[in-house]
Amino acid sequence: MIEEIIFMKGYGLYVWSAFSFTLISFATLYVLIKINLVKEQNKFTVKFGLLNDAEVKVAKAQSTNREILLSRISSKI
Amino acid sequence: MFKFLEPNKIFLITSKAPKYVFFIFIVVLSIGLVEALFISPEDYIQSHSVRIMYVHVPSAWISLGIFSLIALLSVGSFIFKNKNFPLIAKSLAPSGFVFNIIALVTGSIWGKPTWGTWWAWDARITSMLILVLFYSMYILAWRIFDKKEQVIKITSIIAILGVINVPIIKFSVDWWSTLHQNSSVNILSETSIHPSMLVPLLIMTAAFSLFSLLIFLMKYNTELIKIKNKGLDRL
Repeated sequence: MIEEIIFMKGYGLYVWSAFSFTLISFATLYVLIKINLVKEQNKFTVKFGLLNDAEVKVAKAQSTNREILLSRISSKI
Repeated sequence: MFKFLEPNKIFLITSKAPKYVFFIFIVVLSIGLVEALFISPEDYIQSHSVRIMYVHVPSAWISLGIFSLIALLSVGSFIFKNKNFPLIAKSLAPSGFVFNIIALVTGSIWGKPTWGTWWAWDARITSMLILVLFYSMYILAWRIFDKKEQVIKITSIIAILGVINVPIIKFSVDWWSTLHQNSSVNILSETSIHPSMLVPLLIMTAAFSLFSLLIFLMKYNTELIKIKNKGLDRL
């Protein structure tokens, strides 16, 4: 049973390599995109921290800015 | 027009959606893998090698679908001058590109036991390779050009020119004598694939679609935060 799943009548190498390649590609793309996202979120947090009170007020008036800060906090949790 | 597509409104959804999409993707992918690798029957001619179909076919479908969508959004950005269309198109490109690569590589792996060769300059395979080149040009253009108007124009032209290749890919097996088999799954005519193989194929297609949605959402959020970072500099 297990042997048939692994070797698949001689086609196991082809089948498993096709599925492995697909899943590795998925994982690689996900990690790369995630790294970029976190990098931009961190950059945003740092830049936001450098703003003075008046600038913070202006920046916080935009819902997207508030949402970015919120998503940063929730992803840390 | 398209006010509901404004980045500020979309971000309220796109910032929260990835975690839910990721969870559903994992569930659907797990079911799909069990179906594709263990439950679905082997083919009476191709034996177990037919299982490669469950990753090869959805990847090809999605890469074609995403490129068509990118071209449609590019035409839309020209006609409606909508600033969010290019951003959506740009965010769709990475997953479309990766699915195109997966379709080519898994097709090559499937070709060895089925046709006796890893590669043939066959109409279907060559036209899929041309699509990878268009995807590469599209992604590279976004990296190379800095001026916003210029990059939108160039990437739109690449997408509109590249989409001419999509019907060529679709009908290549009918127009030319190729090694590649004709379509087994058809929307307008009869589907020749048995339900025991069609079900896992559709589940895997759903899983792959969810993955491309997940990547799109994450990439879109990244692009939007990049814009907002520039906005903070201007304060």
